[in-house]
Amino acid sequence: MELLLFNAFNGLLQGVFYALMALGLALILSLSSVINMAHGGFLVIGGYLAFTLTPHLGFWGALVVGPLLAGVCGLVAEQTMIRHLYKRSDPLYSLLLTFGLALIIQDLARTVWGAEGLPSAVPEYLDQPLSSTYFFITGYRVVILGITAAVAIGLYLLIRYSLLGIRIRAGTRDLETVAALGVNIYQLRALNFGIGCFFAGLAGVLASGVLGLTPTMGESLLMPSFVAVIVGGVGSLSGAVLGGLLIGVAAGITTTYYPSASEAVIYFIMLVVLAIRPRGLLGKESIFE
Amino acid sequence: MNLQTAWAQRRYGFLVLLWVALLTVPYWLGYVGSYSALGSKILVYGLATMGLNLLFGFTGGLSFGQAAYFGIGAYGAGMTLKYIAPSTPLAILVGALAAGLAATILGPLLMRRRGIYFAMITIAIGQLFYFVAVRWNNVTGGEDGLAGFERQPIHFGHHLLVLDQINFYYLVLFCFTIGVVIMHTVLRSPLGHAWVGIRENRRRMEFLGVRTDLYVWASFAIAGLITGLAGTLNALLFNFTSPQDLHWILSGDFVMMVVLGGMRNFWGPLVGTVIFVVAQDYLSSITNNWMSFIGMIFVAIVLLFPKGLLGMVGRNSGAP
Repeated sequence: MELLLFNAFNGLLQGVFYALMALGLALILSLSSVINMAHGGFLVIGGYLAFTLTPHLGFWGALVVGPLLAGVCGLVAEQTMIRHLYKRSDPLYSLLLTFGLALIIQDLARTVWGAEGLPSAVPEYLDQPLSSTYFFITGYRVVILGITAAVAIGLYLLIRYSLLGIRIRAGTRDLETVAALGVNIYQLRALNFGIGCFFAGLAGVLASGVLGLTPTMGESLLMPSFVAVIVGGVGSLSGAVLGGLLIGVAAGITTTYYPSASEAVIYFIMLVVLAIRPRGLLGKESIFE
Repeated sequence: MNLQTAWAQRRYGFLVLLWVALLTVPYWLGYVGSYSALGSKILVYGLATMGLNLLFGFTGGLSFGQAAYFGIGAYGAGMTLKYIAPSTPLAILVGALAAGLAATILGPLLMRRRGIYFAMITIAIGQLFYFVAVRWNNVTGGEDGLAGFERQPIHFGHHLLVLDQINFYYLVLFCFTIGVVIMHTVLRSPLGHAWVGIRENRRRMEFLGVRTDLYVWASFAIAGLITGLAGTLNALLFNFTSPQDLHWILSGDFVMMVVLGGMRNFWGPLVGTVIFVVAQDYLSSITNNWMSFIGMIFVAIVLLFPKGLLGMVGRNSGAP
């Protein structure tokens, strides 16, 4: 029983990272129709920059600045490269371009910080178990859950009530009309892309304390995040969170009984969902078909 | 001389040159500072990308997970040689059919999807096979890959054909030719014309009463079969298969090769493959940061030459 709880909790943590990634992916996908293959790259940028900045800013400072810098990097990439592709209706080009970016970022991370993993920079007082029975629940892990919940609620409020959020929501429905109403949609998509990359960076910073830092960590978290988006329903932000948590916990529980299938089960769930609900759990009839 | 015959003559000249070059590869490759395994590798990848192009360039289905079928072919061939029977033709047959079968089974999940959604699902499905290969240790060899098999000599009656590097190249060329003939025939049939119609305007094809999803399914299955055939040859070429042959990075490389050469053109993918594989081979021999350079090539091609090299000269429909 305790083993099951242990694995389920680990799965939940993984699911949190998937969900954070998937939120960013879904934001970018639904407004700009771009599949951001470089999302894992921005995760790596966030994680490594936070690691480098920790000695200067302290743990909490780096936790804030790392994701922000990842967001800024995303903004720069969007402004210099991706925005030129919006006029081409074929999604192929943004896919290939971000794929190239992913290769470049991964290679640069390896050159700058080395191919070996770096240790986590979690302060000692946070790394203690909270109780002796449930040794796996450390303060840091609770902090991760708390921050993720706070950020997800913050994003919900932003999307639901702020002017920017309303424009983003309107843009996902009909970008042309939004442009005709006088909104600068280039600016809107750029900001949206930056926010998406911020979420990737946050996932990177938080994950580095649990999984350690390697140049390939983004790549390995990217694919399950795609699955989270598909399972949750393309175009639905709450679906992305639900999908991420669901596949994370499912993978964790599978680890208890049949460890070697823990990754494959994620994709298996996706196939089942696609066969039963082709649009995903919370997906609506959308433009992507 | 009118334009039509001028085109036809140029095409004819191109094809003669191409086949002469392909037939004589082992004789001149050494002089340009290369080795004949690279020739085989280019042809193997070229077959894979041309197969992918049936789905991608001609039907308009953005498959970003084609490496899955390449890898299934490779593992199928390797496992046949290792566990079932020491026969090279059987290994090729089993591997290619396994890949075709997998694509046929998975097709219905995809055939109604379009554009981005199609791409995402193909990516994710591809990873399923990757993790099966990595985790099913005692059969697939896990992370280390599947080794311990070797391509076997082929019997022609009493004559025994030993597959050294040069003979193997001709075996690859033989399979490549079969693949090209199949693809050429299919593209000239009503099926192939329907694919181009779906690519150009799917809704209109539906209004005409065409069951477009079935055609997309057929395209997915045939592309999987051809890519799988290429995968079996890849396993035989190196006498080894690794999970990297199933990874989405390879899928991305395949798509890039197609785009680089020109996706609306029958021979475009082969041209793109030659350039990409040679560039990768050269870059990885001179720098540790070759991944960055490949990435920059991606970015540059997308921003500067989105139509690819042969895309600039080809005619519109691209049918052979």
